Amino acid sequence: METLEQIKTRAERVVPGAQLTIIKNDSPSAQHSLLVAVEHAFAVAKFLRDDPALRLDYCSNVSGVDFLDAELSEKVKVKKVVDGVEKEVEEVRKTKRAGYLEVVYHLYSMSLKHGPVILRQRTGNRSDTVAVMSLTPLWRSAEFQEREVFDLYGIHFYGHPDLRRILMWDGFKDHPMRKDYQEPDDYEYEPTPHDDVCDKTKAHYPKQEVKA
Amino acid sequence: MDDGLKSELTKQGIYVVKLEQLYNWGRSNSVWPLGFGLACCAIEMIAASMARFDLSRFGAEVFRPSPRQADLMIVAGTVTKKMAPQVVRLYNQMPEPKYVIAMGACAISGGPFKQGYNVLKGIDRYIPVDVHIPGCPPRPEALIHAFMTLQRKIDAQKVFGPDRARHFDASQPSEFPIPLYGEHDLVPAKNPNVWEPPVVVR
Repeated sequence: METLEQIKTRAERVVPGAQLTIIKNDSPSAQHSLLVAVEHAFAVAKFLRDDPALRLDYCSNVSGVDFLDAELSEKVKVKKVVDGVEKEVEEVRKTKRAGYLEVVYHLYSMSLKHGPVILRQRTGNRSDTVAVMSLTPLWRSAEFQEREVFDLYGIHFYGHPDLRRILMWDGFKDHPMRKDYQEPDDYEYEPTPHDDVCDKTKAHYPKQEVKA
Repeated sequence: MDDGLKSELTKQGIYVVKLEQLYNWGRSNSVWPLGFGLACCAIEMIAASMARFDLSRFGAEVFRPSPRQADLMIVAGTVTKKMAPQVVRLYNQMPEPKYVIAMGACAISGGPFKQGYNVLKGIDRYIPVDVHIPGCPPRPEALIHAFMTLQRKIDAQKVFGPDRARHFDASQPSEFPIPLYGEHDLVPAKNPNVWEPPVVVR
């Protein structure tokens, strides 16, 4: 199979205006992924499926990922004058990053026996701009998994044929896989509380001391 | 009648028992379970009913496909919050006298999913459970043991008197409120008439 750089170059040539970003995976698996903007996602995905050299005809997995607002710190080497001598000093630079949600597609080719190519779509934020492009019209296997992502992460999918909750009931308001999900408090009976359950249990056992 | 005379008569082939004992003997040896399973515990329940473990030795081989014909509900497996109202509804549809065995860690307490957002922390929050079986999943022998425990419990039930069985007491409920799907959890999260949190002694 081509390298991800080659796929990116060809996809950008075929889909006018598309800007793909390669997101590196530093782990030993080195499964780098392609980040695509929502407005070009469908065209890029269609290219990945139909291109004769790629023919990624099988979408094995659709996952949601939640990124909270975070403060990123990176070490930067800065030249500074210390006691009249110019020195190179390491400084920690902090940047704030707004939270967002991601949908990750793992694509394989059954006919050419290669893969995976990993495609990501990113939402604008975690509250009101949470829609991405549904790829169910291209891979039918994405239908239930996109519904699951919609259910558990609250990501909407443009063009999904039947977007409703799949695991939780329809009147349910929360999205349980989000990192800031507040679960209902039913810890009245915990024979062996541990870790953060200890704190939740304490409210129900006011007179007793909860041991870890 | 004293026990000596009773024993003598038994030797002659005359059995003297109370109507209550005869009634309980008949019921406890023909308990018909409701044939439904929720998760992997159901596979063990099916195994228990098959030839190797042979639940029919206890008169319980007839798994009924309808709650109207069943005496026993074996809650075999994880009760998710989405499934809980249906389980309670099935229980309500069973005729009295009816019994419940909660089979496996999930059905008795939520088990490994206890801290999850989607699993009920024990079916005894909504319906009265007669026998709890721990295990993940319990062996078919454990289910048979629970069954025999239930038979002993049925044998000891009274027909008359203030401590008579639940189904002879008109003041005791036979149906229990079905929880509703709320915005964040089931409403109510438990039935306080059925379940109180046990006191944890530390």
